[in-house]
Amino acid sequence: MQPTAEQRRWMYRHMVLSRYLEERIEALYMEGKTPVFNMAKGPIPGEMHLSNGQEPCAVGVCAHLTADDIVTATHRPHHIAVAKGVDLDAMVAEIFGKATGLAGGRGGHMHLFDGAVNFSCSGIIGEGLGPAVGAALSRQMQGKPGVAVAFIGEGAANQGAFHEALNLAAVWQLPVVFVIEDNAWGISVAKQASTAVPRNATRADAYGMPGHHVADNDVEGVYAAAGEAIARAREGLGPSLIEIETVRLAGHFMGDGEDYRPEGEKAGLTDPLPRYRAALLAAGVLDEAGDAALVAEAHERVEAAIRFAQQSDFLPPEAALETVFV
Amino acid sequence: MTTATKSASRKLTTARAMAEATAQEMRIDPRVFVMGEDVGPLGGVFGNTRGLFDEFGAERVRDTPISETAFIGAAVGAASDGMRPIVELMFVDFFGVCMDAIYNLMAKNTYFSGGKVPVPMVLMTSTGGGYSDAGQHSQCLYGTFAHLPGMKVVVPSNAFDAKGLMTAAIRDDNPVVFMYHKALQGMGWLGTEKGATVAVPEEAYTVEIGKAAVTREGQDLTLVSLGAGVHHCLRAAQALEEEGFSAEVIDLRSLVPLDRDTVRESVAKTGRLIVVDEDYHSYGVSGEIIASVAEHPGCRLRAAPKRVAYPDIPIPFAPTMEQWALPNADKIVAAFHQMLTDN
Repeated sequence: MQPTAEQRRWMYRHMVLSRYLEERIEALYMEGKTPVFNMAKGPIPGEMHLSNGQEPCAVGVCAHLTADDIVTATHRPHHIAVAKGVDLDAMVAEIFGKATGLAGGRGGHMHLFDGAVNFSCSGIIGEGLGPAVGAALSRQMQGKPGVAVAFIGEGAANQGAFHEALNLAAVWQLPVVFVIEDNAWGISVAKQASTAVPRNATRADAYGMPGHHVADNDVEGVYAAAGEAIARAREGLGPSLIEIETVRLAGHFMGDGEDYRPEGEKAGLTDPLPRYRAALLAAGVLDEAGDAALVAEAHERVEAAIRFAQQSDFLPPEAALETVFV
Repeated sequence: MTTATKSASRKLTTARAMAEATAQEMRIDPRVFVMGEDVGPLGGVFGNTRGLFDEFGAERVRDTPISETAFIGAAVGAASDGMRPIVELMFVDFFGVCMDAIYNLMAKNTYFSGGKVPVPMVLMTSTGGGYSDAGQHSQCLYGTFAHLPGMKVVVPSNAFDAKGLMTAAIRDDNPVVFMYHKALQGMGWLGTEKGATVAVPEEAYTVEIGKAAVTREGQDLTLVSLGAGVHHCLRAAQALEEEGFSAEVIDLRSLVPLDRDTVRESVAKTGRLIVVDEDYHSYGVSGEIIASVAEHPGCRLRAAPKRVAYPDIPIPFAPTMEQWALPNADKIVAAFHQMLTDN
């Protein structure tokens, strides 16, 4: 399955958008956190998990989805949220904890919910799996179109939730796709030290579903595998598993010294963004002027969202008491 | 009128009342469905889904794999996608394998979405022991669930309330934990509490979640309990009446929201408070009720309050040990006598 020129530009554009968002968040996050790093300080306090390098997973999958489809993401959610079409202003405002944020600042960067595009994420490893299965069940029972995609990291493939969810989805032949973003590290523990099989895609065999492995963070490899899996789900043929070898260009979270990474390992990682840019230029899908315009537009979009967030107020603190129940 | 009289006198077990409420809601709302372990053709280990499979079929009454994390998590996802799932955690003790789906997803998604992504689902789960099933199948854990914000928690003591609370729970746009005590289910093999099988109207109705019931009025003492404990209180009140004391019995029915006003009003009248709870003594419902009374400016206790609760020990197997540890009417009466002596 090959993406059209338009789809290629869409994927590239969302990679650029996501990366620039992360770069700006990184800079803003560090405000107030130097010279002494204190997680509680600055305009964006708390943990911050940046997705730099993992953009191919998000765009290659979401290129096949509509707003009506369901996505559950992880504690590292921004690239997926961007690709799924989450309201960027409200998302950035939520990351800043502002009143105009998706949840008025109650959730923050690990708990982003945008019902308009059926996106949610969770700070707990593997816990988006069950809800994705349930959303797929909901569509199947209602006879409504739509597939659910659960993004997880490779560490989550060792969680009970992973095995329970895959089995349940297969037993009920639900329209759901499980996507493993394998960035090779669970915080500081390398995949080979935590995982009994070289490839998590082989675990699909245990649940009678197709397992796809995408090597080398390949945007169009993700696109092809996701296209097959999502089409299969839409046709009512049941779930699939996709494992993507990706890279975590940043630390687990901001402030992570990454001393655990072998020397030179990080320097050897390939940034997928310039690589895809070069590929599109070489293929004639993009030219230098078009690229410059696309990048400028993406930057302005991110800057506008940041201005929106910065200019928004906080809710009064006692608003913390609201929306526990509806 | 004749029909109403007839239906009002029809007695149901709690299990049948729960199944009837569920069936009635399933008939009028196609979004409602049931899933859990053995809820299908078996009708639930505790009888509360009996008949549903035959009427609604395997699509809407789903036996699940033994995968609580997956299917409770799935209920959360289905609820936020327009369905109204009723999901069963067979024994509340099993929460250990799936609490994340319950308290990190079910209970928090509404809040973390600023109220924009509600989670209208019912998690029903059995509580209580007394039949020598030991400490992994006999706990109540009321306090554990009520402590964590974001979930309503109801605990019926009889079939009438069970039906009305179940209907209310299914219609609620929030997650509701429906904790039913095994001894109240009307399953003979669990040592059935006869007082729980009461007249239940045939038509659908709701019991308000968050409203306690004054089950018996009295002047000298307030007994507060929930679930099976209410029946211990009623027996104790009867015994005390024979001694010339008048005990008021309050059935909390709901732990979240908690009807503190009804408890405070009663204690303001009686001046004495004993809380009866089959859940653990410490950090639980009994402590919360006593604190809610004591911290209120209108508090006028004539005696130090007491609690008759389960000791802080895992629930033992041997009947001699388990029955020794469980609350009962004699212990409540003794607590009241002690209260008089202490004064």
